[in-house]
This record gives sequence, structure tokens and C-alpha cells, in this order.
Amino acid sequence: MKIRVKVNGRWYESDVEPRTLLAYWLREDLKLTGTHIGCDTTSCGACTVLLDGKAVKSCTVLAVQANGREVMTVEGLERNGQLHPLQSAFWECHALQCGYCTPGMLMASYALLQENPNPTEEEIREGLSGNICRCTGYMNIVKAVQTAARKMSGESQEALEEVAANGASAD
Amino acid sequence: MATVFGKAVKRREDPRLITGHGQYTDDVRLPGLLYAAILRSPHAHARIRKIDTSQALRHPGVVAVFTGQDIQGKMGTIPTAWLPPDSGIVTPPHHALAVDRVRYVGDGVAMVIAEDRYTARDALDLIQVEYEVLPAVVDQEAAMQEGAPQLHDEAPGNVAFHWKVGNFDPSAVQDADVVIRQRFRQQRLVPNPMEPRSAVADYNPATGEMTMWLTSQNPHIHRFLLSGILGIPEHKLRIIATDVGGGFGSKIPCYPDEALVGFAAKTLGRPVKWTEDRREHFMATTHGRDHYDDVELYGKKDGTILAIRVRATANMGAYLSTAAPGVPTILFGLIISGPYQIPYAEADVYGVFTNTTPTDAYRGAGRPEATYLLERMVDLFAREIGMDPVEVRRKNLVRAEQFPYNNPMGLTYDSGDYHGALHKALEMAGYAEFRRQQEEARRAGRLVGVGVTTYVEICGLGPSQVAGAVGFQGGLWESAQVRIHPTGKVTVFTGSSPHGQGEETTFAQIVADRLHIPVEDVEIVHGDTARISMGWGTYGSRSTPVGGSAIALATERVIEKAKKIAAHMLEVGEADVEFEEGQFRVKGAPSRQVSLGDVTLQAYLAWNLPPGVEPALEGQAFYDPSNFTYSFGTHICQVEVDRDTGEVKILRYIAVDDCGRVINPMIAEGQVHGGIVQGIGQALWEGAHYDEQGQLVTGTFMDYAMPRAHFFPTFETAFQETPSPHNPLGVKGIGETGTIASTPTVVNAVLDALSPYGVRDIEMPLTPERVWRAMKGAQEA
Repeated sequence: MKIRVKVNGRWYESDVEPRTLLAYWLREDLKLTGTHIGCDTTSCGACTVLLDGKAVKSCTVLAVQANGREVMTVEGLERNGQLHPLQSAFWECHALQCGYCTPGMLMASYALLQENPNPTEEEIREGLSGNICRCTGYMNIVKAVQTAARKMSGESQEALEEVAANGASAD
Repeated sequence: MATVFGKAVKRREDPRLITGHGQYTDDVRLPGLLYAAILRSPHAHARIRKIDTSQALRHPGVVAVFTGQDIQGKMGTIPTAWLPPDSGIVTPPHHALAVDRVRYVGDGVAMVIAEDRYTARDALDLIQVEYEVLPAVVDQEAAMQEGAPQLHDEAPGNVAFHWKVGNFDPSAVQDADVVIRQRFRQQRLVPNPMEPRSAVADYNPATGEMTMWLTSQNPHIHRFLLSGILGIPEHKLRIIATDVGGGFGSKIPCYPDEALVGFAAKTLGRPVKWTEDRREHFMATTHGRDHYDDVELYGKKDGTILAIRVRATANMGAYLSTAAPGVPTILFGLIISGPYQIPYAEADVYGVFTNTTPTDAYRGAGRPEATYLLERMVDLFAREIGMDPVEVRRKNLVRAEQFPYNNPMGLTYDSGDYHGALHKALEMAGYAEFRRQQEEARRAGRLVGVGVTTYVEICGLGPSQVAGAVGFQGGLWESAQVRIHPTGKVTVFTGSSPHGQGEETTFAQIVADRLHIPVEDVEIVHGDTARISMGWGTYGSRSTPVGGSAIALATERVIEKAKKIAAHMLEVGEADVEFEEGQFRVKGAPSRQVSLGDVTLQAYLAWNLPPGVEPALEGQAFYDPSNFTYSFGTHICQVEVDRDTGEVKILRYIAVDDCGRVINPMIAEGQVHGGIVQGIGQALWEGAHYDEQGQLVTGTFMDYAMPRAHFFPTFETAFQETPSPHNPLGVKGIGETGTIASTPTVVNAVLDALSPYGVRDIEMPLTPERVWRAMKGAQEA
């Protein structure tokens, strides 16, 4: 089947078997190996990507289901060569060890912060309960998401202030 | 330049991992790559009558199908590399694919090679196997009984080995006021690193060279063993393990499937990849633990522990995996007296074959089992004599002035301040205050409890002479090569093989600290047998104490050589030169100096070197430690048990660990966090379960409960630093402490909470159902 999917801002066309899982299509056809596969029961979240802005586990989505839609993977988090605040927070807070669950954790955290820009510790823990990490004990992941949330709200505050300032000068 | 030793330097491996640019084995893509899939036995025990692969072979896209018969004589069997002495150990042949009999659900029966992953899987369904199902046995005690199904002709009664150690003497316990007897079950666990195991093999018929990418904790051990199995000379076999997504012991062994991938690539002349799925991981990657432990503790009413004895039966699964026999013997029995001054101890261990997945090392490997039974016994003893469990510990812990301390099994604990760590943890936890609150809570009908564990761990594996004496079929030293390039940048080659522990950073800190250069100027190369001369890998909390020490020594050798050149440049004797702040200075005339950079350049130009000094600037070390290192500490947990549901809630978790000098506190703390969660996983949720036919009932993440983020509070951790006296860094190892300490800490806390009910033991994992049943059972009694 022919599909056309926008991945990390760019449209890709591909001929896939209908049974091809989105995770394999990303990894093997698009060579975007940042998306990892950790299980076969939608339990571990290593393969989490955003589909039209919502976090999905790409090992349980068919590539054809993404036809005409927009996918964002860990490779799409950076902007103009700059790490996303979540990425830099994961780095600063030592929120990864082996790194295998990390792309999924980042994408799940991204979706979480989209929905809830200022989550409590409990909300973060609940929000990431679909993603398994075997290395970190989760504590530093929680810290990283809190740090990123602060940075991002600070940034959006700055952006608002900038808009306001620009608006004022335009008057 | 400020020292970077002891600083929370951000990890250098992270930029590639947070951007999706890690290089895990399954990410490797080669032209003409074929995919392998393995047909695994659905029966725990059966004779193979017939295999028909013709239909699979006709399937479009299938390149080859191999069965046990096809590979007979063409590749070797899978070896066992730890043979505890005087144990009568037998190692029946473990064929990479079963020849006439399968012995566990997951045992390999055939391998399909196809043009793509999906086709290979499809073709598995087209292989017809006729089995004659045989009776199976999954429990080690049942397997030892007369009339039990027999797995191997070589092992009558299914006994793989019987090993005994200790100095127990009945006359030594004649004065005992109290004898505590208790049976513990160490349930079976599945390591479950998030990255499934994977192998890619690429054979070059022109040169006879084979390159294999492998999910390995010890590429050189894999090279050594695979060279023998595949008949490829060691110098023609290259193993690469760049990014490995966790291991926890499960990526130590040499597995049948990995060898098969190499065999297929060589036979077909095309590269082959195989990656297990999670279901396969549950079936065919080694499991951990699985003991019955019958324990006796002899003590006096004043709290003195006189002796501890354990008779253990360890479930080895269907075959003896690479390091498996060392786990319930050496790594368990020798540390059975723990951090206490217990003069008499004994461990009597049976390793038993059953129709289950082979077991092997799992984070802590043997030491969690020992610590669990000891810490549980100390609490039972305290309860029996009516003493606070902390008091009993305080009374029996080895005192700081007693180091080096010889335990009854012949180990010499290098250094420690056990009481210091206990005191610090009690302060952090507010132990006395908690006991008061506990009284109030109980009056209010709430079940709260506290558990305390004091532990010591064998780390830094280990002196090679000892490795030989205990039957490990390898050395346990480590190699390091430190190369300063003409521009002053440094490449370090290490035989350690980190797979999440962050040594690309901590090792760089060791070198940067000694050379007084930025961490960014040091590159750590690991996980490639073509670039690194030799190595024994990462396990047993050995990378920093052994691999790191090798790097420190190699760096010292570089400095030594540079000093000779510097002295020549400064026209003074070598003894008159000292190295500080990156400068070689004339003693007493510090303005006369040359920088390391200048010396390095001169070393490479070699225009004017002192007589007898060779060009270039490299240092090499092969470091064999003189002893193990012994990390220790105290963990404390406060829990509340829901009276109605039996659910355990962790209120607080406090950990004070002493792993000697800490190179990077951020990374060390991360190791503790992860270890605690894994150990609590065993205490409360995890457990692999077979039914009587040998079917693994907990075969997916939907049936096997993995610890998740919302199960835990924020942990409170701290370090105490008692340097190891016998390695150049003073370090000890931190990778396994959390797992060792947290399991008994949590279980003791739950049992403390349930003390009004008088519950002595609940089998792990302490699920709500089990806790609820224990309360109900006690009430009815």
C-alpha cells in the first residue's frame, strides 16, 4: 500500500505491506533508529512517538494508519540544532543511563507537558506510568520533566513578554 | 585547573542518546542484510521425532533453514565458564539447536534465515515438528526427588553440582540461647533490560574475518567463546558492542542464538541479523535468582550472633549458562556472614537442572540472595530475643578498627566504617522518632513499619588468582591504554564494557584529573575487540575499581615517560621535575617549566629525545587487583500496609552507601536509584512463574510486573567515603548495592508493619494478595 506521512516536518512516500508496524517503518524504511522497540505488548513505551501531536506506541500502530498524518520522533525534537528543553533537562538531571527507553520517555514527557505544562511530581509519575525504565529508578526522569517544565514555562513567559514588548513598540 | 575527580560532570554519552543517535545492535544496517528467526520449543520437555522444513524453505524470501541435525559437527556446543571446585560439577552438552530433545520452553529447534524480518517470522509457522512430549519438572526440590523426570544422563538426580563452604562446628554453638530456623524462597526473576538481545554477523570470505555486533557486557569473553564455537581464529573475529541498552547480568552469557547468527553468516556468505522480541527474552534470555534457602541462626540473648548456616537449592534451569554455577556458590556462600562478626558460617548449595530457562547472573548475583536471608534472619532473631533490630546490628557489625577483617569464609574485607553508615542512615530516617510515631499509628489502627538493612558486598571482581582458585575460567584483571595524540587530545582504550553505567564520563574524569586537561579532551573507547587489546568486561561492580584503576595506572605511565622528556628539555635530572597543574616544573624553580602539550609534541617529533626514550606518548596497563573491594552501607525503608487490601505503600526510602571514593556523585547516585527500584521490584512485584507443565505463565510485560514510575516516592540518598586501601583510586563499586540492600529492607519493613499479627514470613513478591492472606491467616490462627 502506498502511504504518505509527514515525519519530523518532512513528507515521506512509501510502499508498505499493510501489516507493517509504524515502529519498523520508521526504523527500517526511514532509518530513524532513535525510536526503539522494547516489547510486543504495548507495555514498555520505548517506541513512543507523537501521531498528530498525541503520544502513541508505534509498535501497535500500523504504518498505514499514519497515512496522511504527522509523526514526530525523537529525531524531531531539536530545533535549529538546539536541544529541546526536555533533552537538555534529561542530560542535566542524569535522567538516562543505558538510553534505550530515553527516546520514548522524551516523547511521552513531551506529550505530557503539552497537556499539562506544570505537572506535580505525582502527575509526572502517573503520566509516565506507561513507559518502563529499568536503569534510573525514575527519580531523575521526574526531576528532568519538572526542570523542563520550568524552563518551558519560563520560555513561553519570555516569548509572551517579547510579543508584548514588540506590540508596545509598534504602537 | 580545578579537579574533576568527585564532580558531577554531565555525561558525555548523553548527547547521542537524547537525540536518537545511539548505536545499538539492532540499529546496524548492512548491504544485503538477512534476518534470522528462531523456532523455539513450545514444550518444556520433549523428544524431537521429526522436523520437516521443506514448506518453510519453499516460502518466498526464505534463504535457509537450519536444524540441530544440520549444524551437528559444524559448530561447537555452548560452554559453561565457571566450574566451582570440588563440587562434582557436570556440564552436559548444550547444543545451539536441540538435536533430539528439548529441555525448556524456548529451547531452540530451528533457525530461519530470510530476506526480511517479517518473512523470517512467517516461515517459522511453516516448520513442522513432531514432538514426543515427556514429563517435565520445574521446581528444583521436586527435580531432586526420586522418580523425577531426568534432564541429562550425565546428571543423575538432576544435580549439576554440590558445593559446600564454611567452618561451622556444632561445638561452637553449644552456648547458643536461641536457634532461629526459617525457610526463604528467592523467587525467579527476569532481568529485562529495555534493549532486547541482538546479534549481527558479517563474514568476509576473502579475509576469513568475521565482525559481530552484539548486545554484550563483555565483548572479549564473547570473542574468546565464539571463536571456539564457530572455529574462527580469535584474531579474525571482531566483536563490537557500542551502545548496549542495559544488561543486569543477562548480557554476560554466550547464548546459542548469538553463535547461530555467526554460523549462518559464515555459511551463507551474507550478513545476518537477529533480534529477540520481548516474549523471546522472557523465554530464552537467562533468568536470575530462584533458590530455596533453609537457614539456621544461632545466637545469644544479649544479641550476639554465633553462627549462620544455609542449605540452598538453586534452580539452574535446563543447561548451565556461562557464569551460572558461580552465582549461587562463590558469589553467595562466601558472603553469607555479611557485615557482621559472625565467627562460624556454612553454606551448602545444590545446583539443580529443571525444565526451565537457564539462570545466570542478575544484578547483584548471589550477593542479594545472601543479604536477603541474613537480614531477614537478623530481624527474626531480634524479635525472638526482644531487642530492637538496629541494636542487634549495632552489636554485631564489624567495627572500624577491625579492618582489614577476615570473614569465616576466608574473604578479607578491605576497609569500612559500618557503624558510621548505620548512624548516618538512622539520623536521616529519624529512626527513634519513627518508632514513636509507629506506636501512635498502631493505636490509630494503621499498619506502619520500618526495615533496616546493613550490608556488605563483594565488588571489584577480582584478583585473577582468586578467580582461578574458585573455578572461574578466565582472568579478572583489566586492560587500559592511554594515548596522548600530538595535539594533546587523548584516547583511552578500556577493556571494561559499560552499558549504561556512564564510564565514558567517569573514566574521562580519572584521566583528565591526572593530566590536568579538560574532560572534553579525553575520549573513552570501549566495546570493540579490534580496538582494545583485551578486557574482561562489565559486571560484578568491577568497572571502576578494576578498569578505572587500570586507566589510572596507564595514565601514570604516560606521565612518567613525559617527565623523562621534560627533564631532558629542561636540562635537569628526572628526579628534579614535578608535574603539577599541567606543567612539568623544576623543583624549587617553578618558573622553569614546560607544558604537557609541549612535551607531547616533542615526544612525537622525536627530534631530541633523551637516550633510551622511544618516540610517541602512550601508556598501557594490565591491572590485576590484589583483593576484591567491599562496598557497604545501610538502607532504611518506611512502609504502610493497607489493612483492607494488603497493598504496601513505600512512605520513605533512605540509602547511605559507601563505595569508597566517589568519582561522579551524580552518576553514583543514579546507580543507587536504579538499584533500589530493581530490588524493590523483587520485594513487591516481580516474579517469573511456571505452571507444572513448564509453561512460563509470566511471559510478557502484561503478566510480569515491572516497577513503574508511580510506584515510588522520592528516595533520600547519601554517600559516606571510606577509600579502598588497595587500588590507586580508592574506589569500590556502586552498580549493585541498591539491588542488594533494598529487597530485605522493604520486606523487613512490611513484616515490621505486620508485627501485631505475628507474621514471620511472606514469600516474595509481597503482592497485596499475599500480604492480605498473611494478615487473614494470622487473624484466623
